[in-house]
Amino acid sequence: MAEVRAGREVREPETEFAERSRLVEGVRAYGLIVAMWLRSTMAYRASFVMTALGNFLVTGFDFVTIMLMFGHVDALGGFTLPEIALLYGASATAFGLSDLVLGSMDRLGRRVRDGTLDTLLVRPVPVLAQVAADRFALRRLGRITQGLLVLGYALLTLDIAWTPLKVVMLPLMVLSGAAIFGAVFVAGAAFQFYAQDASEVQSAFTYGGTTLLQYPPSIFAQDLVRGVTFVVPLAFVSWLPALYVLGRDYPVDLPRWVAFLPPVVAAVCWVLAGLAWRAGLRAYRSTGS
Amino acid sequence: MDDMDFIELDGVEKVFDVRRRTGFMRRERREVRAVDGISFRVPRGEMVGYIGPNGAGKSTTIKMLTGILTPSGGRLRVAGIDPSRQRTKLAHRIGVVFGQRTTLWWDLPLRDSYRLMHRMYRIPDSRYRENLDRCVELLDLGALLDVPVRQLSLGQRMRGDIAAALLHDPEVLYLDEPTIGLDVVSKAKVREFLRDLNAERSTTVLLTTHDLTDIEQLCKRVMVIDHGRLVYDGALAGLHEVGESERTLVVDLERELPPIELGSEPSVRVVKVEGPRQWLAFPAAVSAAPLVARIAADYPLVDLSVREPDIESVIAKMYVTDSRV
Repeated sequence: MAEVRAGREVREPETEFAERSRLVEGVRAYGLIVAMWLRSTMAYRASFVMTALGNFLVTGFDFVTIMLMFGHVDALGGFTLPEIALLYGASATAFGLSDLVLGSMDRLGRRVRDGTLDTLLVRPVPVLAQVAADRFALRRLGRITQGLLVLGYALLTLDIAWTPLKVVMLPLMVLSGAAIFGAVFVAGAAFQFYAQDASEVQSAFTYGGTTLLQYPPSIFAQDLVRGVTFVVPLAFVSWLPALYVLGRDYPVDLPRWVAFLPPVVAAVCWVLAGLAWRAGLRAYRSTGS
Repeated sequence: MDDMDFIELDGVEKVFDVRRRTGFMRRERREVRAVDGISFRVPRGEMVGYIGPNGAGKSTTIKMLTGILTPSGGRLRVAGIDPSRQRTKLAHRIGVVFGQRTTLWWDLPLRDSYRLMHRMYRIPDSRYRENLDRCVELLDLGALLDVPVRQLSLGQRMRGDIAAALLHDPEVLYLDEPTIGLDVVSKAKVREFLRDLNAERSTTVLLTTHDLTDIEQLCKRVMVIDHGRLVYDGALAGLHEVGESERTLVVDLERELPPIELGSEPSVRVVKVEGPRQWLAFPAAVSAAPLVARIAADYPLVDLSVREPDIESVIAKMYVTDSRV
């Protein structure tokens, strides 16, 4: 009995910690789990270098395809190669960042199906953080590296009349874009609480979305462009802000200041994704499947 | 909450809505009452067996007690905490072992999983080291700490899981089928460890199992659940009486003989004869020793073994008894 009492005395401060904001708790837990995966990845350094390099090359072929295309044409939808490189680099970097941080979310459906989600629910940290950090894969840096290289190429070759606003726009675009993609990852995972095989649907928006954004909006049908502007707001990842930097018009008639909305759009997306996640988790906890 | 009502359930229910496709667009909805009004109390430091056939509602109860599932009705408290509302707060005070799936990180060595638990549960360093050393010694984990979990055998993994559930000094330990699929040696080791844990640290233990020997060796009290209802709550011996369960004595004689007859023991009957081997059923509450002595005195006995009744048959008999009343 004395043992138990002693144990409880030690436990009191923990209970207070647990009352702290769930966000802080979640970020802390995420960091702990990621650190563990990093340590275990680094135990096999050679294997890490190989897979990161492979990831870099595979994603790199994407842009090589576009370059080859420009061997035959001078412009695509009225856009030159450096201009497309800006669109491509921005969206690839943004997607790469969110994929690095939240890419594991698409395994949720599998966890629901095989019941291993239950083991996350008995731990004292938020489930979202545990799912997101699971199998953290540093090799995904390959995609980010490639995106940044293309972005760098675009900035070196483009002839832009830089203004302070345009300079600010670049990091704002990449970070907000990553946040928007991240919200899509979370919302997609929330959907998997209801449909466990829905990770393909999620991939359509994430992987599919980034491929779409790598091309200028002028080559797509108006309805599709409206869809990714107003319904699934992927246009805010790169199209709207990048076209502002390039000084080009957006195919859908919108006021100029809309180009500065990405942070707001990202915030709204996260609120919605957070609500969807909570609803999904609540549904799981009432049905157990 | 006082120590007598450490775990409290009052009329707890869990109703699932099962949807079944019956046509192209038509769906049929059906209510399944997995747990149908269960009430019990477990005092601090007790070790209780929670048994029942598959699909009886055992796991659903455990999932509600850990906060994984939200009850559909009734009141439930563990250490004064409502599990479904304060799941993460409760997590610091409970340990959970699922026999069928691991709570460890599959691709990582045990040591890494433990290190992460240490941080995740904010276990003070000295407590952590003390608890880990103790588990490593008693559960014989020393040689396994650097092996990735996926390479461990089922018995090794189970021991690893039990250690993981105890590093943060939980006041309650839930074990869902902790000996399923284990060999005899591993089973014995796990049982001995749990007995010591309960005796030394007064950890409250709730254990579901299919193996009546687990209950016999660990729990004074057993609860039986079937069709979502508690059908028995009391001592194991009482369960045998209520269920009129029988054990089986299997004897190998020197040669083929007519069925053994023990005139003075009317409750014993031969249920099967196969060459020199005979099966005798006798009430579970009766000791086997005098019986064996009688047979050995009158018959050329070569070998023998005693088979315990399994839970399914005990409960099946209980239902037969119930319906007769």
